[in-house]
Amino acid sequence: MTKYRVNKTKHVDQTKTVSFNFDGKSYHGFDGDTLASALLSNGVHLVGRSFKYHRPRGIMSSGSEEPNAICQINEDTDLTEPNVRATEIELYEGLKSSSQNCWPSVNFDIGGINNFISPFIPAGFYYKTFMWPKSFWKKIYEPLIRWSAGLGKSPTKPDPELYDHKHVHCDVLIIGGGISGIIASKIAAKNNLKTILIEDKNILGGSTIFQKNENYKINDKYSSEWIDEEIAELKKLDNLTIKTRTSLAAYHSYNYLLAKENISDHLPLDKRNGDIRQRLWKIRADKVIVATGAIERPLVFNNNDRPGIMLANSVKKYLDFYGVSCGFNNVIFTNNDSAYETAVSFKEKGISVEIIDIRKKSNSKIVKNAEKLGVKIYWNSTIVNTFGHRKINSIEIMNLSEDGSNVVGDKNRINCDCLAVSGGWTPMVHMHTQSGGKLDFRENDQIFIPTEIDKNHINVGSCNGDFELEEIINNTNKKVKNFLKVSETEFDNTSVLNSKELDKRNIWLLPNYISEGKCKSFIDFQNDSTAKDIKLALREGFKSIEHVKRYTTTGMATDQGKLSNMHALGIIADTAGVKMGTLGITTFRPPFTPLTFGSIVGRSVGKFFDIIRKTSIHEWHIQNNAKFENVGQWKRPWYYPINDESLHDAVQRESKAARDSAGILDASTLGKIDIQGTDASEFLNRVYTNTWSKLGIGKCRYGLMLNEDGMVYDDGVTTRLGENHYLMTTTTGGAANVLSKLEDYLQTEWPELDVYLTSVTDHYSTASICGPNSKKILTKIFPDKDFSDDAFPHMSYQNAKIDKISCRIMRISFTGELSYEINIESKYGKSLWEKCIEVGKEFKITPYGTETMHLLRAEKGFIIVGQDTDGTMTPIDLQMDWIVSKKKYDFIGKRSLYRSDTIRENRKQLVGLLTDDPNEVLEEGAQIVSDMKKKPIEMIGHVTSSYFSPNLNKSIALAVVKNGKKMSGQKLIVPMENKNINVTVSESVFLDKENKRINA
Amino acid sequence: MFLINCPYCGERDQSEFSCGGEAHIVRPKQPTELSDDQWAEYLFMRKNIKGVQFERWNHAHGCRKWFNMVRDTSNDKIHAVYKMGEKPPVE
Ligand SMILES: [Zn+2]
Repeated sequence: MTKYRVNKTKHVDQTKTVSFNFDGKSYHGFDGDTLASALLSNGVHLVGRSFKYHRPRGIMSSGSEEPNAICQINEDTDLTEPNVRATEIELYEGLKSSSQNCWPSVNFDIGGINNFISPFIPAGFYYKTFMWPKSFWKKIYEPLIRWSAGLGKSPTKPDPELYDHKHVHCDVLIIGGGISGIIASKIAAKNNLKTILIEDKNILGGSTIFQKNENYKINDKYSSEWIDEEIAELKKLDNLTIKTRTSLAAYHSYNYLLAKENISDHLPLDKRNGDIRQRLWKIRADKVIVATGAIERPLVFNNNDRPGIMLANSVKKYLDFYGVSCGFNNVIFTNNDSAYETAVSFKEKGISVEIIDIRKKSNSKIVKNAEKLGVKIYWNSTIVNTFGHRKINSIEIMNLSEDGSNVVGDKNRINCDCLAVSGGWTPMVHMHTQSGGKLDFRENDQIFIPTEIDKNHINVGSCNGDFELEEIINNTNKKVKNFLKVSETEFDNTSVLNSKELDKRNIWLLPNYISEGKCKSFIDFQNDSTAKDIKLALREGFKSIEHVKRYTTTGMATDQGKLSNMHALGIIADTAGVKMGTLGITTFRPPFTPLTFGSIVGRSVGKFFDIIRKTSIHEWHIQNNAKFENVGQWKRPWYYPINDESLHDAVQRESKAARDSAGILDASTLGKIDIQGTDASEFLNRVYTNTWSKLGIGKCRYGLMLNEDGMVYDDGVTTRLGENHYLMTTTTGGAANVLSKLEDYLQTEWPELDVYLTSVTDHYSTASICGPNSKKILTKIFPDKDFSDDAFPHMSYQNAKIDKISCRIMRISFTGELSYEINIESKYGKSLWEKCIEVGKEFKITPYGTETMHLLRAEKGFIIVGQDTDGTMTPIDLQMDWIVSKKKYDFIGKRSLYRSDTIRENRKQLVGLLTDDPNEVLEEGAQIVSDMKKKPIEMIGHVTSSYFSPNLNKSIALAVVKNGKKMSGQKLIVPMENKNINVTVSESVFLDKENKRINA
Repeated sequence: MFLINCPYCGERDQSEFSCGGEAHIVRPKQPTELSDDQWAEYLFMRKNIKGVQFERWNHAHGCRKWFNMVRDTSNDKIHAVYKMGEKPPVE
């Protein structure tokens, strides 16, 4: 046993030694320790350096509010994790941990030099200083800040562990397993309510579990004994699920809550077995009882941040729960009674302790208890300075003036190796405010307490401002009874004995004889902001608490200001001379404690990240060496390289084959919507820009769909299958949105139309065969069919059969070639495709992918919505005036086509671009300029599609250019990083302007 | 994350729904008769108030029906849910 382990407790098993490593050194702790308690048992206080000044910092607390003891664990493994609070991590065999934010070591820290130049690092320093000169930013300031301010290292490899999500519903959810949470759980579960109790620690009981003091008794037992019995009974209840190691992350509206359960983080790495590491619980509760307790406040005085300065109740927890004494020569600095319990605990174990109390006196029972044990108390006193570099070794105290605004008398130096501070308690109202609850300020003890408005949630215990045992038990019982409509409980006649706090005194910023500017009175320990920073911000004109917070970064570290927010508010109120309650409070946002990315994404990683949609022909594509492209959720063949052919070479070959003989494309992914109803024609009239009422049965038509703002939204070919029956195709990526948009109009604007829409995208597979030999191939597949241009003209469709399987043949073309699309029930897609390939062999039928499809259509100047359009292009901009009906009274977007902005002449318009050097292929997205001399150079457009056309043997591009319509033949420049490319504006149709190939 | 009482399916999680913005903005029957300003008023202007607001919602991952909802945007309390074409509740 190390010399600091002074006490045997049942919570730490001192027969089970656990070895661990911190900053390269080996230590021993015991089963039941946290990393923090184990370090303290070895006398290690110094665990990190502060963020801005790199001041030595020690363990300060024993919970999630810890600002200093932030570690990197298991470095050099895939499981490494930064920003882990040493106070929360349970010790396990082989745990490797290291200080963050210090280099080269925690004991010698180069960044500590910031501490000596700290007069130059006031609030807003980063905003002010690093603004100038601008050229310094990229090369000097940013690397410097990143290097010296890093908060740990992220893992470099994929997370090997599993994470899980679970949805649960319950009647009552209780957050927090302290005394009030235990009472509430028992009442709920015993009244036949399905109850869940979550607690972030590994055991229940809160701080009551180590409260063994004559002055605090329940039913004549020590409160710690009473709570042990309650916990034992609780575990027997059928309706209750107890989840320990589970912390609430977020409390959303309608009682929807997220909680993170740690399943294996407390196990040695070799015992984790690849099981689930953390589970995110998604809880929908009928009623929520918040019992999150309170956290102790520090006090704000000069040099209040040295290692060895800790929160008083945490010091008590280390002593009574973990059996570790944080010092042998302790001083307690307090403004309230609760710290006296720490003093009594020390004294009872024969450990030296003295108290400095800013109050003038107190005669409460617990104070008397301490006095009787011989604890020396300095009343009406404050600490004006502390000493000791790596750990505190002494303090200087002075008396307070009558009103507490100043110090008087002589300085008195006291030696100590641990300073336990208590500035009172702050209710943890985070959950209440996250749920939308409001707060009230309670003057007498300067706290914000919840005001209940939501009838489905209440706050009980010290998070509700009930701090004394008697009020905790009685008020919790009363409130829960009322909330759950229970008439009587076993807690109705509980007899409680507790010391009552009689005197209060609060001073947010303790006075000093040293001038304010020279004091280092820390408020936010993690972000290193001081009282001086807050005052400076106020002097510089910041008024809103939200602004002061951002300017000084107070409360913006990973602890979200759990220890600092109240002091910041208090100092602002004091300085500005306003009442604290009037300032409001900064917003607490989820998560309450940081969540791992793993727990957020759960199982949605790797192939489960998103749905992958494959066509029924997918296997064939794989067998034939297709490279795939993601289009929305679809995997589409991109190109089919032969041997180690490059993308470019494959596309050149595929494109040539499609125009010279025959190509085949898997077009199954195009969106397909089946439209039926007596008003189907009228419906299409309203949603497309062109006219549909006169389309004959068996005919196909290309349509352009606009948004109500006149901008092109989608396009595709629609076929009239019958009098009241159409099949619409959409772009692959736009299918779902188009269906939603059409449904929206049908349901909300035109409910009188008799039209029914059904998505049939997945119902059919489509093989699209194009090229001069396509007709011959089709004739071979369908020998009974007449494919003459008269019997089966372009833009028409016919039913057909392969063996006994029905299919639809559409003679439509996206390449400008003679082209047929065969649609067949999906399950026959692969057979159909294989048949086409087999029959097409003698014509060297060539499968081609999306890249070739894009090239072929670009040769014909056909647009791709989403590539050549970007939501700011009207059909007129695209030079597609021909498709906009002049006769139709209305269609979606029509009115917007003659708004003042859409009829503007100098809009960007779609044109063709030809490079002066026919071998030069432009980059898609490249900017276009006309005048390089006039500065600043005006960008008049950009390239939207660009390819080398093997059929034309030159480079072609589509572009949108301001006033492009009138620029035909004009020379423009595409400036690139190392050259300027000369181009000429051309028509957007490059090949077969007469459309002869369609009937070739 | 609220619970929404779909008028066709009953109470479901918010994640099944999508919001379609302000309700009761009727597409003009004769858009061509409108001035640019009048058309812009229909096309672009939405209130998005803090407080009780009438909204369109779609049970996108459910019955796919559109309906209207009265929601207080300041606290997400849903005061009423009603079908398309029905009159908004008077409060
Ligand atoms: Zn529904």
